[in-house]
Amino acid sequence: MTAGAVADVTIVGAGVVGTAIARELSRYRLSIILADAASDVGTGTSKANTAILHTGFDAVPGSLESRLLRRGSALLLDYAARAGIPVERTGALLVAWTADQERELPSIAGKARQNGYGAIRPVPAARLYELEPHLGPGARAALEIPDESIVCPWTTPLAFATEAVRAGVRLLLDTRVTAVRTSGGEHRVSTTRGPLRTRWLVNAAGLEGDLVDAMAGGDGGFTIAPRRGELIVFDKLARPLLNSILLPVPTARSKGVLVAPTVYGNVLLGPTAQDMDDRRDTATTAGGLAFLQEAGRRIVPALLDEEVTATYAGLRAATEHRDYQIRVDRRRRYACAAGIRSTGLSASLGIAEHVVDQLGGSGLALERRADVAGPPVMPYIGQAGIRPYQDPARIAADPDYGRIVCHCERVTRGEIRDALASTVPPADADGLRRRTRVLNGRCQGFFCAARIGELLAADAGSGT
Amino acid sequence: MNADVLIVGAGPAGLAAAIELRRLGAGRVLVADREPEAGGIPRHSAHSGYGLRDLRRVMSGPAYARHYARAAIQAGAEIRAQASVTGWAGDRVAIVTSPDGIEAVAARAVLLATGCRERPRPARLVPGDRPAGVMTTGELQQRVYLAGQRLPGRALVVGAEHVSFSAMVTLAHAGAHVVALVTEQPRQQSYAAFALAAAAAWRVPVWTSTTVRLVRGRGRLTGVDVADLRTGTVRRVGCDTLVFTGDWIPDHEQARLAGAAIDPGTRGPAVDTSLETSVPLVFAAGNLVHAAEAADVAALGGRHAARHIAAALAGAVASGRSGGGEGPGATAAPVPVTVAAPLAWISPNMIRSVATPPPRGRFLLRSQVFRGRAWLEVRQGERLLARARARLIPGRPVHLDANWLPAVRPSDGPVVVAVRGA
Repeated sequence: MTAGAVADVTIVGAGVVGTAIARELSRYRLSIILADAASDVGTGTSKANTAILHTGFDAVPGSLESRLLRRGSALLLDYAARAGIPVERTGALLVAWTADQERELPSIAGKARQNGYGAIRPVPAARLYELEPHLGPGARAALEIPDESIVCPWTTPLAFATEAVRAGVRLLLDTRVTAVRTSGGEHRVSTTRGPLRTRWLVNAAGLEGDLVDAMAGGDGGFTIAPRRGELIVFDKLARPLLNSILLPVPTARSKGVLVAPTVYGNVLLGPTAQDMDDRRDTATTAGGLAFLQEAGRRIVPALLDEEVTATYAGLRAATEHRDYQIRVDRRRRYACAAGIRSTGLSASLGIAEHVVDQLGGSGLALERRADVAGPPVMPYIGQAGIRPYQDPARIAADPDYGRIVCHCERVTRGEIRDALASTVPPADADGLRRRTRVLNGRCQGFFCAARIGELLAADAGSGT
Repeated sequence: MNADVLIVGAGPAGLAAAIELRRLGAGRVLVADREPEAGGIPRHSAHSGYGLRDLRRVMSGPAYARHYARAAIQAGAEIRAQASVTGWAGDRVAIVTSPDGIEAVAARAVLLATGCRERPRPARLVPGDRPAGVMTTGELQQRVYLAGQRLPGRALVVGAEHVSFSAMVTLAHAGAHVVALVTEQPRQQSYAAFALAAAAAWRVPVWTSTTVRLVRGRGRLTGVDVADLRTGTVRRVGCDTLVFTGDWIPDHEQARLAGAAIDPGTRGPAVDTSLETSVPLVFAAGNLVHAAEAADVAALGGRHAARHIAAALAGAVASGRSGGGEGPGATAAPVPVTVAAPLAWISPNMIRSVATPPPRGRFLLRSQVFRGRAWLEVRQGERLLARARARLIPGRPVHLDANWLPAVRPSDGPVVVAVRGA
């Protein structure tokens, strides 16, 4: 790669925040590069979280996170509806199991109102067990947060990236930033795939946000302290065991262990919270999985009789601060969106709007394009709506939508073909998983992995 | 579309049932299979030994699969490949997706023969990284025998039962160096002669009382930590492929969606001795009700269910419930058949008619422990119905003759099979 022309803006990190910023900027007359060290978008914190679309009811009142979360979740709800990103408004129940926790409930409700969320309401125990008959014994009371939702964490950054790329953003994957030199009004960015030149640099590097900040000569002031969260995904046959997201009373360190449905029809149990030194250690642990099983047995005992479909761990980009670390340095033409902790998915569009607004106020010329295409229509991979295998019209038009390849998740040959030919195609089987759900089911490849492998190899062989 | 009998799954049990149903004049028999070809698991089991008990000859898995698919078509059954049953629109009305569209198939009787699969690594809660290179035997066989893949490098096999040795041979064919078979059991569970011959031919040791504690590798598998359960010693073993074998679980989704009660032992639908489930005229056979037996045993189960389906459709009083509980030996409510630890499960697991023997005249059981010479005791309440000698090996079939069935009393509660002195 040659340094080539000078881009107006280069965004480092194509997670949900980076892709959201790229999408927001792509609506203006700018040349934009979106670079990520990984071979796909959304492979860090963005892909491995609890996949909840938070209302922000429990954010720190008055914080930037509170404001952007509230704004971002409203924007994402609207965007998801237009782009076909799976969302289900299941609502949440925050359950108190002890007298101490029960005493906390009024202050949590008060905080929600301070955060501008007034729909929160108390639920007595008897009503709670009507709403959630499989809840374990001993729940004393709860708060209902009717607008908490679940969302697809994979389609979301893919939709942002797809919209951005179609609008002309250059997506550079497998491109790790190794150094930044700033002089003469431009940044010279060294990457593992060669140098880049850019007038503005935006740091959305997630778990490596502090490292990129140091390279770019930011003000420092924060250190990423990754916090690992392990999760267990239960079989889809467990889905009837709950109706809403079951939240615990949060502690200072963590929101605690929750049980939640997923938009793929599974049930999620987690996360743990463990401070890490290694920014890439997403291994699960025997202790973590045992802890989760123990917690799950108390919350929804019948859940533990169901089969486990998957286990995984994600790292949240925590810092020593309680709030997001977002700032724009006009002099250095540098923006930093770091320390997005565990709410990045919900807040992403709010963060992007805020960052772009700050960039505009700091001298980046924001001239609206006349030809903004709007959200792309993404392949629907949720469980609540109609998927291709359920759609007679689509199968009649193209029999490949009736040819199920992944039986557990009912993914058709047609969807795999579409994903391989999409604007932001998968680099490997994991990428195909996140676009189609193949290999994500209870058999974990027993029946279809060999065939999926053949389809991927054939695609790689065809040079597309 | 209507059918007299809809069979879900064109493996050995489903195809053997289809052939028998046609032979008995059951009318329109439709077999739906989600794979592109009929035949089931034997399609990608390249080893020999298929067909002994059902066809009285020995052949390879793929030949056996082809034999059954051809025979079913010749018998007049309709086989629909690439046709997935995705749910039910009502009693015995299946929703089927295929390249031809979406169709509701209403049948007078249904046979579920959806087979079983191995528990994959996540379901076993083996912690660590999640790299590529970790798979089940089913995936391994398809990669090697259907997709022609090579798997160079070092491989480790988790398990030491028949299927584990089969995985070892498949790995060797694919160019892998098999480091060892690892089992938590105190000894291997396959036939001694087979295991010895395999170990000698391939020089593969079996590490007994050993468990995989941790998977290592970001992106690609680099190795595992194994622990010796006797000493607690943990050591790191480098490998490029890790195969989890055995630990079978029935593929019971369609049974559950159809409303069939699940047996807590087998994790398949509970079935009576005619192989009828808790849902009237919905039967289940093969490894869905006993995961996992050899293909010929599954086929014989399919044939057994077919006879009872044919009789039920002909209006005869053969299956316990299909006769409305009025036939000879019928019980008012099903009598559960259960096991006590260290036995894991028994199949069939309920009795609706004491005049209906199970497939092959015997019950199938599994043990969680080794016991060279054990006595099985069959009791209903305090009453001892039978006592039988058995050799218990985890993962291997234990047979219990059903000759005590006529002694079961309809209202005396569950029949319990236990190991004497356990």
